Amino acid sequence: MMQTTQNSRDAIFGAIRSALKRSGPLPDARRAELDANVPQHTRPAQDENLLERFIRTFESRAGTVQHIASRAEIPAAVEAYRANMNLPHRAAVGAALKDLIWPADWQVHHNRAGTEELLSVSLCIAAIAETGSLMLGASADSPTTHNFVPDDHVVVLEAASIVGYFEEAWAILRQRSEGMPRATNIISGPSRTADVEQTIQLGAHGPRRVHVLIVAA
Amino acid sequence: MEIRSKEFKSRAVFAIHDASLQQAMGKARDGFVGKRAQQAAELPEFEALREEAKNLKNHILENLDHYLERYEDAVKRAGGHVHWARDAQEARAIILDICKRVNAKTITKGKSMVSEEIDLNEALIEHGMEVVETDLGEYIIQLANEPPSHIIAPAVHKTKNQVSDLFEAAHGGPRKTEVADLVNEARQVLREKYFRADVGITGGNFLIAETGSSMIVTNEGNGDLTQTLAKVHIVTSGIERVVPTLDDATLFLRLLARSATGQETETYTTISTGPRRATDLDGPEEYHVVLVDNGRSKMLAGHFRDMLRCIRCGACMNHCPVYGSVGGHAYGWVYPGPMGSVLTPLIKGLDNAYDLPNACTLNGRCASVCPVKIPLPDLLRELRHLQHQQELSPVMQRRALKAWRFVATRPKLYHAGEWIAVRVLKLLGRKGSIRRLPFAQAWTDVRDLPTPEGQTFLQRWQAQRGK
Repeated sequence: MMQTTQNSRDAIFGAIRSALKRSGPLPDARRAELDANVPQHTRPAQDENLLERFIRTFESRAGTVQHIASRAEIPAAVEAYRANMNLPHRAAVGAALKDLIWPADWQVHHNRAGTEELLSVSLCIAAIAETGSLMLGASADSPTTHNFVPDDHVVVLEAASIVGYFEEAWAILRQRSEGMPRATNIISGPSRTADVEQTIQLGAHGPRRVHVLIVAA
Repeated sequence: MEIRSKEFKSRAVFAIHDASLQQAMGKARDGFVGKRAQQAAELPEFEALREEAKNLKNHILENLDHYLERYEDAVKRAGGHVHWARDAQEARAIILDICKRVNAKTITKGKSMVSEEIDLNEALIEHGMEVVETDLGEYIIQLANEPPSHIIAPAVHKTKNQVSDLFEAAHGGPRKTEVADLVNEARQVLREKYFRADVGITGGNFLIAETGSSMIVTNEGNGDLTQTLAKVHIVTSGIERVVPTLDDATLFLRLLARSATGQETETYTTISTGPRRATDLDGPEEYHVVLVDNGRSKMLAGHFRDMLRCIRCGACMNHCPVYGSVGGHAYGWVYPGPMGSVLTPLIKGLDNAYDLPNACTLNGRCASVCPVKIPLPDLLRELRHLQHQQELSPVMQRRALKAWRFVATRPKLYHAGEWIAVRVLKLLGRKGSIRRLPFAQAWTDVRDLPTPEGQTFLQRWQAQRGK
């Protein structure tokens, strides 16, 4: 099999180069030039402040937001949300929020989420005001299953980590010493489908609701 | 799937008389076109982005080997594997090999048009594996045992009633009739599959050379559950999907959702980079990318390079009057509408899809909405030209064209013929119109031809100039 793949690889590169009327790879100087290129694409103009724009765009996609004054208020806000949604006293909480004092009568765990999980709480890396999106990265502190398996996903967003454009969010990823997360999830509201007669229905496969707690800067 | 594009005419006639299909297509047409127009109108930069996207794709294609090498290196650095497939058969063999090696029993799939292109499901099922499509639209048509009829809305041809029937038969009753209940039922059934899956297969909207990542864009989250919960994640993608950096992918993201579903963004944009890390609590243990050529490097060489810019948004079919009337199945293979009418003959052979480039009115709406400005009508015309050169067109048509050329290149003869025709048609006409015309019955069957006034255009033109 490996042999076939190698032959196929060579054949495909051969066909591409012959289509481009070249006999081999580009000259090294040209390759270095291409590698050094930093794209500068048009970014749609924004005329709102970042927080306002994020809230407006995120809410336009059926997400909900709530302001809290400090990190310490997270457990009480989640408890209020849980009670309001009439969910059981348990949650999958990303280990990034492990240090908080969660209600004593809750079953809290920091492992991956299974189908029995109805509520999860995650800390996001950043939010993108352009489209009203949250950016989460897979790690031991934030398992990907928390983002997709439970019905209700509560995401903690530090107001200072809202950026205007996708490009700024990518810059944050590039600065990480551990490199790209295995999965980077850009999430713009609850899961949805329009596959039955173009009727928009929330909660297709992922969360039915995404609630953001914005921690004041 | 076996190509059935040769049956285009009979399937199109069948489609036009299918009441359910016409009902479903009517709903879709209004939704897609209106929402896209609104998004384009709300973004002043939209036209500038289209032009930039076209130029960036052209740049990538001109340096495709370089970016593919950079991408391959980066995937390996992230702990993933890259496989190269010249054609559908090689791609199937590579994926089957991986699935057999890990002793896969259940395979979940996010939406992937390349997997349709390479007939993947049939091959896996033949080897005793359970294959579950998890995109709701794909799931519906899998239950119906049908191919997709649209590249982003595969079950667009199905009415709610038909979905109710399919779910009742597959899941057992009680029969659900509300959209919310139908979606919920599929949600519960598919959840169990995600958690059981050995292999998860998704497509790749973009392959990022900078990071060695694949990027998918979805609304449902099924692609994420598919790749997160399976032990092995396999990405299937065409070789033309590579982009240099995350910033470059962003340019296309800004156009994709707006052009496809008429949203500012889809709900989920996911960047996958290699298998799970030592400390991760979830994610696949293996990450594979299968890069498929299947005719693409050939397109790169000739007149059809522009087609490789396609980002698979489906705007061309949403705006096509032919697609809107006959639906996707009439086209007879996996890619329908204008983009399919170009791709199908190029991938499956000109002689296997004669009718497709001809099933076009050259109205140009597809090109006017294409986010990467593919000149689809020009490419379709070029395909007709090739068909003519290879003598694939009907003998009568070629003779008629020859006769036409003989006359049209002799102005005196042409004008004399025109003069006679105008008078004959005037004699044939009654009450200002002609109801039946020999040799043009297909045209006069559904409308009348207005009777000419009795003078040719040139006669009137000269009379006008004399004034």
